[in-house]
Amino acid sequence: MTDAAAKPDATLGREIQAKIGLQLRTLYNDIVSEGVPDRFADLLNKLDKSSDDDKGSKA
Amino acid sequence: MTTLDPELRQAMLAAVPSLRAFAISLCGNVDRADDLVQEALLRALTNIESFEPGTNMPAWLFTILRNQFRSEYRKRRREVEDANGKYAENLKSLPEQPGHIEFAEFREALGQLPSDQREALILIGASGFSYEEAAKICGCAVGTIKSRVNRARTRLGDMLSIQGSEDIGPDAELRSVLTGTDPG
Repeated sequence: MTDAAAKPDATLGREIQAKIGLQLRTLYNDIVSEGVPDRFADLLNKLDKSSDDDKGSKA
Repeated sequence: MTTLDPELRQAMLAAVPSLRAFAISLCGNVDRADDLVQEALLRALTNIESFEPGTNMPAWLFTILRNQFRSEYRKRRREVEDANGKYAENLKSLPEQPGHIEFAEFREALGQLPSDQREALILIGASGFSYEEAAKICGCAVGTIKSRVNRARTRLGDMLSIQGSEDIGPDAELRSVLTGTDPG
């Protein structure tokens, strides 16, 4: 009957684990939502062209 | 193969946001993380032939980045003993979330985890990889990933419940002990 009251630690543990999961995803997803910085878009585009120019002779 | 297949480039671009999120939450420093991402992309481009089309591009890139981070971490640990303290310090400099007062505490606690536990927790709890995928990325057994995630959660729970106990119940006794040490 008074199980819930008798186990505050378990409830506390669950609450904290839920919070941990949420905060971890928040930290992560906030960065994901920044998208692709120009630096990396440029890098992939530039390398694409330069590899075309530099290694075009590969038989 | 002289040019990067547009499909592959698209797949790489699509993976960049989560690759960055992994790198930043792994090492705690945005600049260093972005360098890691850049190196990983360069390495991936150099070894693009070893990528099997149709397989998981994010997992492939995460593996490359993770291996770089590990070898760099090993080097750095010799130089900087307090790598974990540094992580917490770095993450604190990230923009603060309004309404997330405990967020800084969380970041600090995350930074105090051993890096193998931290990476396992991020891969499973945030990146959304399966245990099998995470095990491949980290080059270990599935059971190892599971136990690392469990240990990470337990340890974070311990750290945060000590800090968070003030919110949950009155802790006047502890507080008076902490603040009452001065009068004497």
